[in-house]
Amino acid sequence: MRTPRLRVDRERCIGAGMCALTAPEVFDQDPDDGLVLLLHGEPSTDHRAAARMAAGVCPSGAITLHEPESSGS
Amino acid sequence: MSESVHTVTTLPTERRSGLPFDPPAELLDARRHGPISRCTHPGGKPGWLITGYDLVRSVLADSRFSSRKELMNVVDFELPPAPPGEFLLMDEPQHGRYRKPLVGKFTVRRMRLLTERIEQITVDCLDAMEKAGPPTDLVTAFAKPIPTIVICELLGVPYQDRGSFQEQIDTFMGGATSDEELIAAYTATQEYLAELVAAKRANPTDDVLSELTDSDLTDEELRGISLILLAAGFDTTANMLSLGTFALLQNPAQLAALRADPSLTDRAVEELLRYLSVAKTFMRTALEDVELGGQTIKAGTTVVLSYNTANRDPERFADPHVLDLRRQDAGGHLAFSHGIHQCLGQQLARVEMRVAFRALIDRFPTLRLAVPAEEVGLRPETADIYGVKSLPVTWDKEES
Repeated sequence: MRTPRLRVDRERCIGAGMCALTAPEVFDQDPDDGLVLLLHGEPSTDHRAAARMAAGVCPSGAITLHEPESSGS
Repeated sequence: MSESVHTVTTLPTERRSGLPFDPPAELLDARRHGPISRCTHPGGKPGWLITGYDLVRSVLADSRFSSRKELMNVVDFELPPAPPGEFLLMDEPQHGRYRKPLVGKFTVRRMRLLTERIEQITVDCLDAMEKAGPPTDLVTAFAKPIPTIVICELLGVPYQDRGSFQEQIDTFMGGATSDEELIAAYTATQEYLAELVAAKRANPTDDVLSELTDSDLTDEELRGISLILLAAGFDTTANMLSLGTFALLQNPAQLAALRADPSLTDRAVEELLRYLSVAKTFMRTALEDVELGGQTIKAGTTVVLSYNTANRDPERFADPHVLDLRRQDAGGHLAFSHGIHQCLGQQLARVEMRVAFRALIDRFPTLRLAVPAEEVGLRPETADIYGVKSLPVTWDKEES
């Protein structure tokens, strides 16, 4: 099974910190500009649910999660 | 279709007595009819009221809706644009010009570094409460001083100026008894902030305001930004601490669970934010005709977004009117808004609340109201931020 891929858009990011709060293993904030830093583009199974939640709560829609197309369906 | 739309009378509507934590019954009733209703703004202008979680969230994320003060079509005179720096009431690109330099100063990491200092400020307040003995007003002894001292330190207000400065902001943020007093306090605060900006520019110290002087922002803009940080960062947290304590005292099983399990603190804070939503409504004006929830919002019409009703939407939160500190999904609340204006200081507010609630309930195991709950004075719905006027509490003194 392939892992979902995360993408972040620093142009859209407003630095609210919801991702770093929700999934600190996957996201951080740049100490200078406060904008999103993606630590793991393909989060491990343990952190996938948190990463998905972070994408959902992001206030500016700066995080997108690309689910790999499962073979055969 | 418009004849089937639910209509709410003139906003705001008052809360039902005996239910201090619930949104006004008329707003909850509106949501039951659907996520969008017609309403009349306080100044008599027609508009729309959005009460459903999904719809509030979608408007907040939609750039066809403006935050610009001068576009708010609610009163029968033209509102002036927001003064320089007051970016809450601006759209991009002006909003971003002010917000961007601040973002790095309010990150999750940087706010957590303040934990120890906030713990010390909290301990000082609790020590003073204990020394003075019960009963006391939790608002003046605890809920107000903690966020006020924190924001003063962040802005770099010198220690010797804090007393008079706190009095001023206290007066203009809810304590004023007349328009004259309000204007005088507002003017005094503006004058003080102008002096503070000049002082930081001349002699930078280790604080956010000094750091901001190292940018292309003008003195006037810096003053506006300081005012926004104060207004948004102090009254909100202060009211969450006092109203939140009131809510915990009225839900003894929840309070006992929180007391017994410190690991519940973070989640409890999110649930209190959802349940109380002290920043209860914001407005947006449509920049073009927008289809919303089956209705057409005409360009230039102002919509009221009811955060507190959205945070009680049963389609989003199961048993929404129950305070459940163990709730798993409270973190999706809109208490800090959504979209580009989502609260800049939310990570600071979280640290303040986590520290302060925890320390308070640990220090006073027998904390309780000193008056019947019905006698606790509540802010009217016309106030921007909801909360209690005062919260008389008492506790059993330790045998010494």
